[in-house]
Parts: sequence; structure tokens; C-alpha cells
Amino acid sequence: MSDQHTRPKTRWHIAVFLAPAVLVYTAVMIYPLFNTLRLSLFTEVDQARVFVGLQNFRTLFGDAVWSDQFWNALGNNFWFFVIHMLVQNPIGIALAAILSHPKLRFASFYRSAIFIPTILSFVIVGFAWKLILSPIWGIAPGMLDAVGLKSLYAPWLGKEEYALTTLSLVSVWQFVGIPMMLIYAALLSIPDEILEAAEVEGITGLSAFWKIKLPLILPSIGIISILTFVANFNAFDLIYAAQGALAGPDFSTDILGTFMYRTFFGFQLQLGDPHMGSTIASAMFVIILIGVCLYLFGIQSRMRRYQF
Amino acid sequence: MKKSTIIAAMLTTTVLSGTAVAEDVTLTIESWRNDDLAIWQDKIIPAFEAEHPGIKLKFTPSAPAEYNAVLNSKLDAGSAGDIITCRPFDASLALFEAGHLADISDLEGMANFSPVAKSGWSTDDASVQYCVPMASVIHGFIYNKDAFAEVGVEVPTTEAEFFAVLEKIKEDGNYIPMAMGTNDQWEAATMGYNNIGPNYWKGEEGRLALIAGDQKLTDEAWVAPYRQLAKWGAYLGDGYEAQTYPDSQNIFTLGRAAIYPTGSWEISGFNGLADFEMGAFYPPVQNAGDTCYISDHTDIGIGMNAATPNADAAKTFLNWVGSSEFATIFANALPGFFPLSSAPVELDDPLAQEFISWRGKCESSIRSTYQILSRGTPNLENETWNASVAVIKGEESPEDAGKRLQEGLASWYAPQQ
Repeated sequence: MSDQHTRPKTRWHIAVFLAPAVLVYTAVMIYPLFNTLRLSLFTEVDQARVFVGLQNFRTLFGDAVWSDQFWNALGNNFWFFVIHMLVQNPIGIALAAILSHPKLRFASFYRSAIFIPTILSFVIVGFAWKLILSPIWGIAPGMLDAVGLKSLYAPWLGKEEYALTTLSLVSVWQFVGIPMMLIYAALLSIPDEILEAAEVEGITGLSAFWKIKLPLILPSIGIISILTFVANFNAFDLIYAAQGALAGPDFSTDILGTFMYRTFFGFQLQLGDPHMGSTIASAMFVIILIGVCLYLFGIQSRMRRYQF
Repeated sequence: MKKSTIIAAMLTTTVLSGTAVAEDVTLTIESWRNDDLAIWQDKIIPAFEAEHPGIKLKFTPSAPAEYNAVLNSKLDAGSAGDIITCRPFDASLALFEAGHLADISDLEGMANFSPVAKSGWSTDDASVQYCVPMASVIHGFIYNKDAFAEVGVEVPTTEAEFFAVLEKIKEDGNYIPMAMGTNDQWEAATMGYNNIGPNYWKGEEGRLALIAGDQKLTDEAWVAPYRQLAKWGAYLGDGYEAQTYPDSQNIFTLGRAAIYPTGSWEISGFNGLADFEMGAFYPPVQNAGDTCYISDHTDIGIGMNAATPNADAAKTFLNWVGSSEFATIFANALPGFFPLSSAPVELDDPLAQEFISWRGKCESSIRSTYQILSRGTPNLENETWNASVAVIKGEESPEDAGKRLQEGLASWYAPQQ
């Protein structure tokens, strides 16, 4: 009778309830991830897989044929990310601030209209924008012509100096709804008492936004930044849909995702090389991991939180 | 149009797989030719099935750009079809070496093909054959006859005449002289460099010398085509930098452009789209009276999945592909894809007849980068796309392009070192 108290009961329900998520996540995420990391340590010689240690990484960073492409892709990736941080997130915050204004009419209509592109497929977005910007069939040249700015038009997607920025802005157009929604939710959760107290002190309008709301939504902005970082360094679809696997013109829109795809699966006469492909994928994983760690330990842990 | 064909292809394959009869052997055909779905469904498959009761065929194409990747994954996973449509040269050779394609050297139908036709799908020493040659495509220029009559120009035969024609069409202003864009890159290399190039490097002679290491990509014969390409930029439409391959096809078939550098594979598609009369001319030679060389590129082969459980049925089908009956159906259903078999074939389409008539007038060769030379890293074919585009846009000089390609090739290809 007494040993019932001494031995704790096995709490089976914890394992049972965790099992589906753990099993599915292991099968579709964790196992492939580690297998990719493992694959990057091998190479193929005469139809047989041979362990070569870090040789693939040495090739990727040491051989100019590979490293030039890698640094080009990484640089493009950073530019892609910078555009998102400088354009998408400020616009998202501004839109959320406007939407949360109590006197704005049709707020829910604007909210849905701005959010809808987010749920569109990349293929549709890539294809639609390619048509819009097309020098032959597109409406962009005509619209610029109508306001007398035809001289500003260029075949942007075909010019090395503009193509990547253009595609980044298309991606911004597609995803601006996400920061908007997250910030909108954060803004709504700010208690009215605080704003009213500020009003009594004479802080209203824009200064209320800068002094009261912005500090309160900073944690959300942090989350959005890290989500943008991860999404951008994993990006592939839009570039592939708009410019193909060679990420033209002259690799000016090549990002890590397209570089990895081309290497892993091959392209035209270039045969696929799963081992070098995995090496690039592993490098991407490390880059994202470093970015996320910097954020978690460097920024998030120092961020001040306010409890209401 | 492409998109709807793909959707149609997906829908049809779902319907087909639902209705297959249990006791028949069903052979699934992997292919990248989703444009040909209707021809397979309406002509080729019924003709074969009528003759061979008990064998059903299922044609399951995927998008051309994804085919190699999709096929490789399916083969590795063991879910690929019984019959595999073969890309020429290394892509298929790699599949054979990996044990995915069966050795079919002793197939009876193989006797109908010349060694040149078979070269695209045999081992480097030509001892083993793993795909039946099915079709080749011929490069050249298609032109709008109405536009030529309106502007008052004749078909050019020399390079000087060619640029005179382009200049005149440009001055006239009603037509874009030449429909080609650089957005998708491959047109510049395939319809540009490898189209006009054989005239300079003398077809097979230069191509084989390059493989043997006797010529270099910095030699005049290999740089000169770039010099011509550099002059093309001025005659392409506004904003050609962002013009895609489907854009070019549409511009030409809508009658907005006069000349379309291309290959014979466009014929069947264009016949249904263009409402003006089309003609074709082969790449103009440097000086009047020079021998002309054309790119008559071995493009499609068909082989057998080594892991197929229906090997006998598959062999029956492959034998039939080698027959003149198949060649006739295929060549007429798809004018522009010319059978490689020595069996005699009658062609009805006038434009296709024009293309195939060049086999008699000119020397045939295949694309320079396809055999052996695109095996290493950097990949010569991909580099050629890139260089052709850069030269057309004026971002790289022809000499620099040749130098860059030669350095890339020499970095891994022993005979060039």
C-alpha cells in the first residue's frame, strides 16, 4: 500500500500526445536535415559513394569555379534580405499603424486586399509580374507612357543592374501582408489605458506612435525580422519561376536556393550532383543558424518586455 | 499555352491510369515532350496498340526544364516508367552507366540507323547502344514571306546579304527584324551560336577537332560566330533583354517580326498559329559559294528502363520505334522532328520539306557543346548560354568570351590542356 506513493506513475499520456508531432516532424524535417548534412561528406566515384570528409566544403570555398558562384549567390541573398528589411517591414508597420487607426473606414477591406497576395502561389506571382513588366505585352510601359514617364521604363527583369532589386520588390509586394498582420495584432493588444494616460500627458498622434506604440511592438518587429531573414535565405521559388534555374541575366539574380537547386538536380547538360548540392544546402543551414543564434542571444535576450 | 498543355497532360494521365485494363501489359513512357501529348494519344499509341494487342501504352510527359531532375529522382526511387525518352549524350550515358537504361545493342530495329544517328546514345567507344534514335532537329531561320515581299527583300545566302536584309527591315520600321530575346538565355546559344557556328568551324571537322584538342575556343573559327552575334543586338526588338522564349514565338507568329532564328521543332506549333506564309533559310555562309554547314542535331532517343518488369513488351515497342512505319507517322505528325532512321519517309509539310532538303545541300553537324565537352565543371553548355547573351548585349567582347570559355574548358578537359 505504501509503495504506491514512493514510485511515481509513468505518465504515458505525455508520450502519446507528443508522438504524432515528434514522429511526423522527425520523418519530414529532422531526418532529411541530418541526412543532407551527412550526404555533404560524401562524393561519388565510379557509381559508388565514398566518404571524403570535408573535401566538398574545401571545393566549395577553395575552388574559384565554385566559390565565385557561392559568394555571388550569398551577396545577392544579402541584397534580397536588405530590400525586405528596408522596404517590406517599414511599409508593413506603417500599414498596420494606419489600419489600427480607429477612424479609418473599410479597414477590414484594406486588410484583406493587402494580405491576399501572400496566399498566392509563387508561380502565379512570378508569372503575373513577368507579364506586367514585359516590354512586349506588359502594362508597365503603357502606364508609364500615360503619365509621360516612358523614358523611365527599362526591361528591368532583363538588366543585370535592376533584375534582383525588381524581384525583391515583387517579393515585398507579395509578403508585405505578413508584417502588417503581426504588427496589427500587436498594436491591438496595447491596452487603451496606456494610450489614454499618454493623452492626458499631452502625447497624441505621431508622437504617441513613436513614444508609446513603437517601443511596445519592438518584440514583434524582432520576430518579423528573424522570420524575414529565414524566409529570404531559404528563398528559391520566385527566382526560379521568374528567371529559371540559371537565374539570369548573367547570374545577377542567383541566390543560394537556385544555386543549390542547379547543383543538386542538374540543369540542361549539367548533371545533378547530390553531394555538392548537399554541401551548399549545409552551408545555407549554417548561415541561417548563425543568423538566428545572433538574434536569439544577441538581441532577443536583451529586449525589454512590458507586462500589462 | 504551355501551362494548359501541362494541366491537360496531368488530367489525361489521371484518367488513363484509372481505366487501364488489368490483364494487359501497360508500358509507361517518360518524356519531356509535353507538347506532343495529343500526337501520342491520337496517332502513335492507337497505331501501335492496333498492331500489338495485349500491350497498352501510357505517355506521361513532364515539363522540359524539369525532365532530367524528375527522371533522375524517379529512377533512383524505382518509380520511373518502363520506357524512357532519352536526352542525347551525357545525360543518358550517365543513366546507362548507373544501370538505369538497358543495353539494347542487339535489337533488330537498330539496323536501320547510321553510326552518326546512333552516336548520341552509345558509349564513347560506340560498342554499346542504349537508346533507339528517334528524331533530330535542324537549325535555321524561319521567315515571314509576306513581310519579305512587303519590304522587298530576298532570302539571304551570304552573311553580308543577311545583314543587308536586317538593315532594310529595320529602316522600313513595320517589322521587328529578328525575334529573339535573351531572358531565357538558351536561345542565344542554341538558336544563335550553334545555329550560325558550323559555317565557321566547318561542322564536324571543327567539332571533332575541338574534342580532340586540336582547335581551341579562342581560334578564329570559334570566336567569329560571337562576332556575328554581337551585331544581332541592334536588330532585336525593344526590351529584348527581358524577352522570353514564348514571347519571341508569339511575336513571330503574330506577324510582328520578319525573321526568327530557330530550329525545325517549331514547325508543327507555328503551322497552327501563323496566318501568313512561312519560309526557311539555312544560316548564311561567309562568302558566296562556300559550302554550307547546318546543325542537324540528334535530339530524341528512346530506351528501356533496366528495372522494368515488362522487358519483352518494351523491346517489342522499341523495335517498332525503329521501323519505317513509326518514322512515317512520327515525321508527319510532328513536322520538324526528322526521323534518323535510314528507312525512306515521305514528308507532306512544305516547311519541313524545306528544312530536310538542306541535308542534301549542306554538310550536317551536331551542336558543338553536347558530346563530351559539357561533362565537367564549369559546364561548357551553360557557359556558352551565358557568353552568347553577354556578347549580344555588348557586355563582353567576342574575344573575351572565347578566352573565358577556353579557360573554363581547359581547367578540366585534358586534351585542351
